Parts: sequence; C-alpha cells; structure tokens
Amino acid sequence: MTDQAVGTQDPRARDVRSAVGERIDAVRAAGRAALVGYLPVGFPDVETSVRAARTMVEQGVDVVELGVPYSDPVMDGPLIQKAVESALGAGVRVRDTLRAVEAVAGAGAPVLVMTYWNPVIRYGVDAFARDLASAGGAGMITPDLIPDEAGEWMTASDRYGLDRVFLVAPSSTTERLALTARASRGFVYAASTMGVTGTRTSVGEHAARLVADTRRAGAEHVCVGLGVSTADQAAEVAAYADGVIVGSAFVRPLVEAAEGSPGSDGIERLAAVVRDLASGVRRAAV
Amino acid sequence: MTAAPDGARSVPDHAHEDVDGTAAASSTTAATPPPPVEEAAMAEAMGPTRTAAGSGPYFGDFGGRFVPEALIEALDELDAEYSKAKADPAFGDELARLHLTYTGRPSIITEVPRFAAHCGGVRVILKREDLNHTGSHKINNVLGQALLTKRLGKKRVIAETGAGQHGVATATAAALFDLDCVIYMGEEDTRRQALNVARMRLLGAEVVPVSTGSKTLKDAINEALRDWVTNVDTTNYVFGTVAGPHPFPAMVRDFQRIIGVEARQQVLDLTGRLPDVVAACVGGGSNAIGIFHAFLDDPDVRLVGLEAGGDGVDTGRHAATISGGAPGVLHGARSFLLQDEDGQTIESHSISAGLDYPGVGPEHSWLSSIHRAEYRPITDAQAMEAFRLLCRTEGIIPAIESSHALAGAMQLGREAVAAGRPDTTILVNLSGRGDKDVETAAAWFSLLDEGES
Ligand SMILES: Cc1ncc(COP(=O)(O)O)c(C=O)c1O
Repeated sequence: MTDQAVGTQDPRARDVRSAVGERIDAVRAAGRAALVGYLPVGFPDVETSVRAARTMVEQGVDVVELGVPYSDPVMDGPLIQKAVESALGAGVRVRDTLRAVEAVAGAGAPVLVMTYWNPVIRYGVDAFARDLASAGGAGMITPDLIPDEAGEWMTASDRYGLDRVFLVAPSSTTERLALTARASRGFVYAASTMGVTGTRTSVGEHAARLVADTRRAGAEHVCVGLGVSTADQAAEVAAYADGVIVGSAFVRPLVEAAEGSPGSDGIERLAAVVRDLASGVRRAAV
Repeated sequence: MTAAPDGARSVPDHAHEDVDGTAAASSTTAATPPPPVEEAAMAEAMGPTRTAAGSGPYFGDFGGRFVPEALIEALDELDAEYSKAKADPAFGDELARLHLTYTGRPSIITEVPRFAAHCGGVRVILKREDLNHTGSHKINNVLGQALLTKRLGKKRVIAETGAGQHGVATATAAALFDLDCVIYMGEEDTRRQALNVARMRLLGAEVVPVSTGSKTLKDAINEALRDWVTNVDTTNYVFGTVAGPHPFPAMVRDFQRIIGVEARQQVLDLTGRLPDVVAACVGGGSNAIGIFHAFLDDPDVRLVGLEAGGDGVDTGRHAATISGGAPGVLHGARSFLLQDEDGQTIESHSISAGLDYPGVGPEHSWLSSIHRAEYRPITDAQAMEAFRLLCRTEGIIPAIESSHALAGAMQLGREAVAAGRPDTTILVNLSGRGDKDVETAAAWFSLLDEGES
C-alpha cells in the first residue's frame, strides 16, 4: 500500500521471465498482434469450459484468460454476469479454476487467470500464487485491484514468477499510467471505453490514444479489451495495440447454446467466432 | 495512497493496550473528566491520536480502494472536492442552513420511561432521526453529497437503496437541486418496500429494479457501480452508507456525525452527564458511526452496534457481518463481510431491508478490532418485539432497522441492572420511522396471532 510496494520492487523481479510477454513478442515477430481470449471457468460446466478454452487455442488464440466465477462481478456486463451466475449456481469452486488452468496450460498458449480480488484474498494471496504457478498458470489479471493496493500480490508474483496484468482506463492520469505500467508484467490491459464488458458496435475512440499514452508511460506491451467482437474491430485494434482481448463475443455462443438456440453446438460456434477474430488480427499490418 | 493523511493507522497500537475494551485513547483524554466543551475545542485538546481522527483511506487494516482503475479518477476528484468543501465555510454554512430549514435539525431527543421499563428500568433516551424530513438519518448524508455534486458541476446522480430510505432521500435532494436521478434497487426490495418505490417516483426519480444475484442491496450497489464506471463524466454516485471505497466511509461519516455531536450535548443538558451506553443498528453502519463518532474519545461511554441477526446467526440466515463474517473485500473496501470459504459473498437475510447487507463499513471493522465498539446480533423476532413495545408504550412507530437498536437497549439495560448498575443511561439512535414498514409489521404480527390462536 505504499510506493515501496509498487515502485521499488526487488531488483531480481526484473529478471522474472514473463510467459505472456514472450508470447506477445513472438507473435509480434511474426508481424501481427496477439489475440487474447477470455472464458469463465465452469460455464456451462467445468469440463466443457476446459474444452472450449482448448478450442480457442486450436483456432488461433495466443493467450488464454480463464475467469474465476465471482458473486459480485462489477466490471462485467449482462452476458458474462449470466454465465458466471450459472457457473456459481452449479457449484463451481475456486479450486476448479486451478484444475482448469492445469488442463488448458498444455494446449499451447500461456494461461492467465482473470479474477476479482476477494476469492484470492480468501484463498490466501501467496497460496493462490503458489498453486497457480504449479498448475502451469502464467499469471493473473485483476480487474478490481489497483497497484496501490497490491503489495501482497507484487511480492507473491515475484516469488512465483507470475505475470501481473493491471488495467488502465481512458480516465487514468499520466501518473497512474506510469504507476500501472511499472507494476505490470506481461502486458497492461487498456480498457477501451469507460464501461463494463460486453459487445459493442464500436471500440472506443479513446483506445488508440490510451495505448500510445500507456506506452509513453513506460509499458512494454499494451493489449486492448472491452467491446471487441468482430474481425473488423480486431483488425482496427491490432493496428495499434500489442494484443486484442475478446471476452463477451467468445462467451456468447456458449450462452446461446446453453439457452438452447436451435442448431447450436456451442463449441463449434465458438470455434467459428475465434477463427473470424483470429483472421482479424492477421489482417492488420503492424 | 502514500500521501493520504492517515491518522487512524497510528492508533491501534495504543488502543490494544486497553484490555477492557472501553478506552481506545484514554492516555490522551486523561485526568479530568471531559467537560461539555465545544467540539472544536475538544478536538484540539485531544490531539492527533484520537480514535476519532481517522479520515481514511485506511482504518487500521480496513478500508482502501479495491475498485476498477476506471473509477480512480472519479474517486480522486470526489476526494479533492470534498477536502476543498470541508475547508470552505460557504459549504458548511449552506449545509447548516439546509439542516435547519429543510431537514428540521437539530433532531430532538426523547426520554422514553415506559419503554425503559422493559429495559430493566434504566434510563433510555432516543435520538429522533425518525423526525427528519424523509423519515430517517439518510438525508443528512445526501444533502452533503448533493451539494458536492453541484460543486463538481455534475447534473446526474445515481444511488443504491435497500429499504428505500436512501433512495427517497437522494430523490428528494435531486428534486431540490434539479438533478437527474436514477436509483438502483434490488427487485426483492422493490416488493418489500413498494411504498418507497412510489415515493421515489413521485419525486421524479427513475427506479431501476435489479434482478441479478440475490436481487437485494448488494446487487443494487453492483449495478450502480457499473453505471458509474460507464457515466462517470456526468454522474456522481451518492453512496448511502459508510462502506465502499475511500472517500465514502470517511465522507459519509462526516456528514452523519452531526447526530452524535447534537446528541452528546443534548444528553449532557438533560442528564448532566454523558450516557453510559450508545446503541445503534448497523447495516452498512452510517447511523451507527454517526452517533458513535462524537463519543469515540469518551472512554467511559460504551458503544454498541446491533447487527441484523435474522433467524439467528447460527442458522446462517442473517446479516450480522461483524458477528458472523470474516475480513475480505466487497464493494471497494477491505472490511468484514459474509462470505463462503471461496470468498463468494453470502446472501444476507433480515426482516429489515435496510440492514440486509452482507458488508459493513471499514471503520466499524476497525473499531471492533481495537475493541472500542462492540457488535452483537439481534434476531428478527427480538427486533419485532422491540418494535411492538415502542409503538405500545411510547406512541412511536420505529423503523424495523432502528428496532434492532431498541432490542439492543432492552438487553443492555437488563444486563446493566443485573450487574448492579440500575442508574445506567442508554442513548439509542432511532434512525428512522416505521411508516414504510407497516405492511411488513402487519404481516409479522398477524402471522403470530394465527400461530397463537
Ligand atoms: C432507518 C434506517 N436505519 C438504518 C439503516 C441502515 O443503514 P446504516 O447502517 O448505514 O445506518 C437504514 C437503511 O436503509 C434505514 O433506513
């Protein structure tokens, strides 16, 4: 909770390898931006969510985000709320997330856990980091944890060699961009608009400037999330960001399948959406 | 957070030395018993280590700002504007004028001897926040935040509400100050408190029923936070209690502390001494911290928060956050909350919509941890018995929320007498009136009648 926690980390921390950062660099060397795909663990059930995540990787996702279902997801819009509420209703546990990480980690893409902070506090920050690392996880994205409050996580992530992805928003000041860039490892998550997750007709016009500002503030990698749902949007974002984060658009086919839309195998439809978005990031010239 | 003033943090070390749990800062108040001095003079005399000095973001290990980065700018802006307003006499004058000419402050105190007969015969004095315009203490906070909204140049306010009292107060202030107003309310609560939904709509507010999660107050807060993240440029979030991220816990407390500042002097004037016990119900904790705060550095005054025990803490169906919860993060602050072993918030249960919340303000968690205040649960049945008694003995229909404090006074009074202290005086915060609860109470008592016959 002090500058110490954020600014002057253990110098060895600089030497922690970033699995996600390396993947983004590799993708960039291939001349494009990374596609980062989110799915909540346990929707419609743990087994299917694992299959869905592996499918994402097979179809062109470069980095996986697995969401820990949480009772009070204030950063999520109606679609993801619905999916996690259903997962929790079916009794999905935090430890299922770690099992899912283990099952997805071998698929060929680094796996980040996306989680609200209280489940981690409850598990124990150090214990969760330890178990995440031993499950083969690459790190965590923490939507309701700002670096100012992240002292324990900074220590634990250094200790277990995990990436830590913090968010920036169009409202972030220059100082906060610098603070967040310094605290993050792997990439900085730039929220494209002021708002919650969900598909949108356009990615916020602030996003490109936010990416540039965040880079100028010292971030090595900046990925853009919130509202990207089409190949065109992905191509547009891929032209200026290191990665394109897609959530709701990947969750939607699974929700529709669960709701019994005619002729829907959720995973097949998900595969088609991933292929489409993957073509988007490959279309843009970096 | 480094630069934030944080008077509270140095306190617990001293406070822990007080094993009897009555005095948190006795070393600074020392020798002479506190005379009925003016607030300002008192504050000065007590110096910087007063228990009452905490101004966030942290209260001991509790508090902070566990929110999406997108809200930080708005919280910083609010914090800065509030600091400026505090230093601006015009702000204080305007608020004081509203208290006097709009709310009807100071609220009176009422001694209630016929009710006190059921409290072992000790003296019981009620602080009458039920007589405020809109019917509860919530207006004290809302007027302050509405004035701040004006200063921020914003034209739209949003708020969450459980019982509907905070929603009604916010809708009232929005009408008065010509602000657009959207109130988020759990669907379940819109049913329980239908009268207040109608009141808010009469006042021109839009009421949005929230049907996610448990469909109660916690989900209304989630939805209000989502609105705020999205519309923060134009919108101020008028938060209803002393929970949430900094600066809300300290700011809402400051707006509510007028309850205790008035009551302390009023009790001194009436009885010639301070009360022995101050009792208040605790939902998020705003009326309780409001009446406690002026007494925090009166070491001989026992502070007791009454939580909603629902069907009983051991049944798991309750809202007694400190009595039955554990530390964690909910709605932006580290504090006690009701959670399962995975850190998922557990739905609370209480007959009282205003107390039906699985979280509590961080300053209460801190006061509990340093043993400066104590918290105990009151069941639905105990609260309703106190509700009935106050109606019958004193002709005052209390809010069901406040009835938890009344039930606490019944227990505390009897305990005091049993311990050989019949001359005890208990000050109870009557945080609201029961008009909104008539239907619930009628259902409760006719059910009892059926069961008895
Ligand atoms: C009359 C009354 N008392 C108490 C409360 C609980 O809130 P707090 O604990 O913040 O005072 C409410 C909330 O709606 C209320 O209406």
